[in-house]
Amino acid sequence: MEPLNALVAFSNFVVIPATAYGAQLALGALGVTLIYGILRFSNFAHGDTMAFGAMGTILATWALQAAGVSLGPLPTALLALPVGIAACAVLLLLTDKLVYKFYRARKVSPVLLVIVSMGVMFVYNGLVRFVIGVDDQNFDDGARYLIGAIQFRQMTGLDEGLAIRTSQAITVVTAVVTVAILFWFLNHTRTGKSMRAFSDNEDLALLSGISPDRVVRVTWLIVAALATIAGVLYGLDKSFKPFTYFQLLLPVFAAAIVGGLGSPIGAIAGGFVIAFSEVTLTYAFKKVANYLLPESLEIDGLAQLLATDYKFAVSFAILVIVLLFRPTGLFRGKSA
Amino acid sequence: MIVVTDIHKHFDGFHAVDGATLEIPTGSITGLIGPNGAGKTTLFNVIAGNLAPTSGTVTMNGEDITGLKPHALFEKGLLRTFQIAHEFHSMTVRENLMMVPPRQTGETLWNTWFARGRIAREEEALARTADEVLDFLTISHLADERAGNLSGGQKKLLELGRTMMTDAKTVFLDEVGAGVNRTLLNTIGDAIQRLNRERGYTFCMIEHDMEFIGRLCDPVIVMAEGKVLAEGTIDDIKNDEQVIEAYLGTGLKNKATA
Repeated sequence: MEPLNALVAFSNFVVIPATAYGAQLALGALGVTLIYGILRFSNFAHGDTMAFGAMGTILATWALQAAGVSLGPLPTALLALPVGIAACAVLLLLTDKLVYKFYRARKVSPVLLVIVSMGVMFVYNGLVRFVIGVDDQNFDDGARYLIGAIQFRQMTGLDEGLAIRTSQAITVVTAVVTVAILFWFLNHTRTGKSMRAFSDNEDLALLSGISPDRVVRVTWLIVAALATIAGVLYGLDKSFKPFTYFQLLLPVFAAAIVGGLGSPIGAIAGGFVIAFSEVTLTYAFKKVANYLLPESLEIDGLAQLLATDYKFAVSFAILVIVLLFRPTGLFRGKSA
Repeated sequence: MIVVTDIHKHFDGFHAVDGATLEIPTGSITGLIGPNGAGKTTLFNVIAGNLAPTSGTVTMNGEDITGLKPHALFEKGLLRTFQIAHEFHSMTVRENLMMVPPRQTGETLWNTWFARGRIAREEEALARTADEVLDFLTISHLADERAGNLSGGQKKLLELGRTMMTDAKTVFLDEVGAGVNRTLLNTIGDAIQRLNRERGYTFCMIEHDMEFIGRLCDPVIVMAEGKVLAEGTIDDIKNDEQVIEAYLGTGLKNKATA
């Protein structure tokens, strides 16, 4: 029985990766939930928006690398992030002007806007592949580990190693900072309050000193920032591949819906619920179990509930369960 | 003065408003009554810009305001409240009021970060105005309550308060008294009367409570089947044959007089 080793192994393979992944999903889901709350439709193009923002950041990173700029142990991508956000903001505002505005003026039903966003999704999809290609792009530079497994073993004298990658640490720190700024903005600034007012009651917002055009614009700008940050953090942590971002749409939506569409707090909670479920259910518990069980009971199997191939099924299953038993989500969003 | 001339509003052949013509004198508290389905709320929606009329015109002090959108009318000082009170439910009562005035410095992203001092001063002034309004409406104790937690009547008071945060001149109240208890109804009535006398507000209100109407309104306009049926003081209206007929139906009236 070596509970300490079990704990370290569990942290290393479940808690740390799931926390980083949860933070990425939370940022993605925040974008989805803001669009749902304020513009009142489910934006299917969000995964590809994340891909576009990440692509902009990658291109800027390469330019910086070529110019010999570096942040030392931190990835150069952090420096390139504002460029990615700006590129993404331009794309979203342009899309709004060319596409969504037309439908908004006609007050079409949300279902129609969802279909429109699917069209936008395909366009973004093609755009990203056209510019950067369909292959994996690795743009993570700087130090790979904050704490390496060997280093940890030497420090603690345990058998199990615990590694924290730089990208994981950056993900969590960036997500915390971003969410803090977002919540401060929504709760304490007049612009943020206009957005909440618009989300609470559109009819009344139109009868106040709230300019709907401005609220829409600010929403897209914030969504561009959130999507780009989420996309870049995911790319740093895993790798950048356009198709993966398209696939991310499911867990991101699952997170937003589980938390309650339209509720920012819910999006964050939902992100972590989905990430932890996904990672825990697809983790092989053999090692952890064998550290905890007496020697005579040690197991030979993997003790893995689901093969990692099925990880998307986990978000889907959680989605179905939540919709069946609590359709408004954990934090009572607008609807689901 | 608001002049409504021959307004028609048809929904797929159903004539909800069928040639309504009326005047709302400046400085009056005009009551609009009529049986259910008379077209009162539809007419309100047309005047307040929520619905475009099929035909007809609305003017305010001689200016044609037909078909203007609600926010354009808001800019001109014409406001409305809703039959079911609207509020920003996730915000406090004070914040609800502070959202009303247009063109605040803090509305742009740029100013949010780079004009903090100006925004702070502006918000302070707004908060003071909001507190005065709440004081006027005798609901100061609710300032920091989430608007979504208010009772129906308190929400109606909040709606009235919203009109006081801006240069409202004309306010349309859609059943401000519906579902409100007596005490609160009196508070609302007092507030309407004081706003009318002290600040020169013009009110036009749809109402079913005859006692409330009688206390506040002059003139009273009666609508039935999409048209204006009668107009006058509450006493004129009460004794008008046509009005009694519209409310009770011919058969019932005969029974009542028999």
